[in-house]
Amino acid sequence: MNQAAPVPKENQGEPVVRIDGRLKVTGQANYPADIATANVAYGALATSSIARGKVSKLHTDDARAVPGVLDIITYGDMDKTDKPKFGNTGASSIAPLHDRTIFHDGQIIAMVVAETFEAAEEAAMLIRADYEDDPPSASFDSKGAKVEPAAGKSPMLKEDVKVGDFDTAYASAAVKIDQKYSTPTQHHNPIELFSTTAIWQGDQLTIQEPSQNVTGWKIELARQLKIDPANVRIVSPYVGGAFGSKGPMTARTAIVAIAARRVGRPVRCVVSRMQAFNTQTYRAETRHRIRIGAGKDGRITAFGHEGWEVTSRPDSYVVGGTSATGRMYNYGSVLTHISLVHADRNTPGYMRSPPETPYVYALENAMDEMAVALRMDPVEFRRVNEPEKEPIGGKPFSSRSLVKCYDQAAQAFGWSKRDAAVGSMRDGDWLVGMGCATAIYPTASAPCAARVRLTADGQVRVQCGSHEIGTGVRTVAGQMAAERLGIGMDKVSVEMGDSALPPAPVSGGSISTASVCSAVLKACDAVRGKLFAAAVAGDGPLAGSGNAKLEMEQEKIVASGGKSAKLSDVFKAMQIGAIEEYAEFAPNGSTPEALKKLYAGQAEFHGGDQDEDSVKYAFGAEFVEVRVNSYTREIRVPRIVGAFAAGRIMNTRTARSQLMGGMIWGIGQALHEATEIDRRNARYVNRDLQDYLVPVNADVKQVDVILVPEIDLDVNPAGVKGLGELGNVGTAAAVASAVYHATGKRIRDLPIRIDDLIA
Amino acid sequence: MRPFVYERPTSVSVAIAMASHVDARHVAPTQANTQFIAGGTNLADHMKLGVAQPVRLLDLNTLAEPALRQIRVTDDTIRFGALVRMGEAADNNDVKHRCPLLADSLKFAASGQLRNMASLAGNVLQRTRCEYFRETSWACNKREPGSGCAAMEGFNRQHAVLGTSDACIATYHGDFAQALIALDAVVEVEGRHGPRKIPFARLHRLPGDTPDIETDLAADEVIVAIDVPLEAWSRRSRYLKIRDRESYAFALASAAVALDMDGDTVRQARIALGGVATVPWRARAAEAALQGKVMEEDVAEKAADAAFADAKPREHNAFKVPLGKRTLVRALFETRDMKV
Repeated sequence: MNQAAPVPKENQGEPVVRIDGRLKVTGQANYPADIATANVAYGALATSSIARGKVSKLHTDDARAVPGVLDIITYGDMDKTDKPKFGNTGASSIAPLHDRTIFHDGQIIAMVVAETFEAAEEAAMLIRADYEDDPPSASFDSKGAKVEPAAGKSPMLKEDVKVGDFDTAYASAAVKIDQKYSTPTQHHNPIELFSTTAIWQGDQLTIQEPSQNVTGWKIELARQLKIDPANVRIVSPYVGGAFGSKGPMTARTAIVAIAARRVGRPVRCVVSRMQAFNTQTYRAETRHRIRIGAGKDGRITAFGHEGWEVTSRPDSYVVGGTSATGRMYNYGSVLTHISLVHADRNTPGYMRSPPETPYVYALENAMDEMAVALRMDPVEFRRVNEPEKEPIGGKPFSSRSLVKCYDQAAQAFGWSKRDAAVGSMRDGDWLVGMGCATAIYPTASAPCAARVRLTADGQVRVQCGSHEIGTGVRTVAGQMAAERLGIGMDKVSVEMGDSALPPAPVSGGSISTASVCSAVLKACDAVRGKLFAAAVAGDGPLAGSGNAKLEMEQEKIVASGGKSAKLSDVFKAMQIGAIEEYAEFAPNGSTPEALKKLYAGQAEFHGGDQDEDSVKYAFGAEFVEVRVNSYTREIRVPRIVGAFAAGRIMNTRTARSQLMGGMIWGIGQALHEATEIDRRNARYVNRDLQDYLVPVNADVKQVDVILVPEIDLDVNPAGVKGLGELGNVGTAAAVASAVYHATGKRIRDLPIRIDDLIA
Repeated sequence: MRPFVYERPTSVSVAIAMASHVDARHVAPTQANTQFIAGGTNLADHMKLGVAQPVRLLDLNTLAEPALRQIRVTDDTIRFGALVRMGEAADNNDVKHRCPLLADSLKFAASGQLRNMASLAGNVLQRTRCEYFRETSWACNKREPGSGCAAMEGFNRQHAVLGTSDACIATYHGDFAQALIALDAVVEVEGRHGPRKIPFARLHRLPGDTPDIETDLAADEVIVAIDVPLEAWSRRSRYLKIRDRESYAFALASAAVALDMDGDTVRQARIALGGVATVPWRARAAEAALQGKVMEEDVAEKAADAAFADAKPREHNAFKVPLGKRTLVRALFETRDMKV
């Protein structure tokens, strides 16, 4: 069996090969900065070396003297544009060239434009700034950091989740824990570097930039540049790693656009990996206090989750993961509170499973501690607390297959062979530990438009302004059309990543497969409707089959009675060459403005905890084995098993790939990844892949993904629960629990390193 | 990146003549206007980052002398030409068989791609990976003498606990050099005044007050060969590297160990420690502690204590002291238990 192409089970689609797989592995896929652009000039950023203060003077003479330098964009040059805004579309309200105030280390102070990349880089390094600097606040506990309640600061968190009388229940609980956990700063390091290319043709502006939100960016960039959005086009055919990093547009895009207008030719700025740490969004560090109280039978009576999150001075980016942790189990009472800590840092943003990764890590590490305190098997402890309804609003889950996930993963992993006693399992000089954790991710969808064209010769073209960020959405959108129209995948083409296409929501929140496939489904059904009507019409090839159930398969329309007509004959009867349908999908419960907002670049999410009828989540269970050397204490992960249920699986190959990648990232979050901050000056220290570690092949031995069948027709017409952000939730907690099992040391602050175990 | 002149000398003597400008006599090789480049895996990075700013590069890859690219193994010596690539040496069967420590120290370094590019001589001269050294906006006495040391009170998890000074705590991260210093290797150098031999232990200089001066080499001297004597301990030798991930990472602590055993008793030990010191680090006190002893837990632990007796940990790197000790203990046992 080909592991990469799991055999589909019930409600699971074929492991169709990715439409663009061959292009990508043979280097033929053109990422935005690869697109050949005539007469292009190169931009390079100069950035601040302080985190707080003011630029009193900028010295650009040396830079201007570098041969090949065409222009330097700096203070004053952006005055005729509007400042960036913070929100779903904009990364930060910090307007680096509008204002000499420095809000964070590595803030853009100028961009050099030159004939060559090398000249631009050299000149950018020669720009010097004089600063009036103030002592910055780096993070939690730093002098001057401002702490405030998060609720109400963001549409993501209207109020803190709570139910029942936590204080009384916790006080009287027979068994309880009260512990603190933390997750580190993490930075996006996609292999495709961040870049912007701006091309003006008259008053038409084309931006080539890796993006998860081409429609949103078109609107936002037009606002900043004060031009008609109709004159702006964002092109992002392939994205080499997104994970949230290419969701919100940064200040750079408008700067490059202005530069291109000033020099009268296209300008391309590829941001160095170091500079990306400061000029793009990232996951800021979080802290958690978890209190769990339970009866001796293991039933939880009180769950308290307090979170603290770092954000920038001017913006309130809220992670807010208590919506998921507060609904995870059958708690008797829930009390949560989230605080924001404003420090002198760049504004954080989305990173794969933004709320769940840090918050569920804390919950699940605590759940394992609680199981230990109760002397219960951690799987059994979760089973005992499996809810019938979510505890906060008392709504049912649209579907919840967590127990099935635990059962199947535990069996595949061999959990029954685990000796629960700490430090009891060994393999030579290696201590063996086993741990598990729950994965959860809200199932949402948003309005989306798509256009589908079917020609008489059976060619299908799907167009949708969504984004292939590596998830396989181009492939599954094609599969949806192929299946619905009865056409082979080899005759299906899918166009995405261009704001000139029908608009799609931001590719975030794991909504794309559900939203795009639902829109494609609707467009295909409109095509089918026209074909069916013509086929059964008086002069149609299936005349008289008006009451039959019609299907499309193998380029034919097949009636339930057995009669069939070739697609080409139906088109002949219609005397047309192609049918093209444009469809708009809006989730149940959408507001009347939802579709209008789609065209304005705003995604109205539905699902998760938002709906009236039910809460909608995908679940999984992950099991990890670790080895810890008894002398030197390095931690290795020889195997990891995850079982996940996420409604209809469109394609078992791309689904497995997503979940496997998620779990691998989870290993990195547990053991490797962390941005280090020099607390004296609020500056990042390890801004490259030499010192910012992610797992390499040798760290990833065996990763097994089990796709648990699940049918959920309530979530959306496609029956799909997004799983792109499911796989890496919980993994780090499973690793931490396994490390505890091996060593008896409970590590609560990620990443877990030799430093923590060697003492 | 600044413009620079790139030239391709055809022989060692031509290269030296081209490098023998006036400034070569007064500045460290890393500060000279004219610098040599071989694999380029370290220097090219530093030039892009503005850390190194040579105005002229002499590419040693075009030197004609065949011996520069050869590994010669005789009964008592392995002689590595300076331009032999790390990957070649790691894969050489004679090297693997006669002295596993040499091959292992290369195999566990860098990545396959880098090992195929990097020369052996260039590898031993690689510069520190200190984050504050690599980025020009920080104070760094090594990069910019007299500017201070941002690492001292900054984030110093990867920094050295041995061989440090008030001016610099940057770790020497190389692996191969630990094997070489343990095995009493000798470096053969050609220069303006002809050839000379430098014991490997004297090639690198402690940072002291001048961390910018990293080696005993002049700017117009070229390493041409590295000789490693084969002794009674060569076959029973091993390199243990402990790091945050399983491949492609610098050592948090490493140990190069070679043992000459008489049954359970250590006749002679050769030990070097990586990831913990400012220069390739020979642990002579540990060697002395083992000599003539039966290798048991307490003996190995005493040797490890001796190796780190002078350690000066700082805020984030204190774990390197216990880790370094345990790495050495584990390496001693693993080496003892080798089937040779």
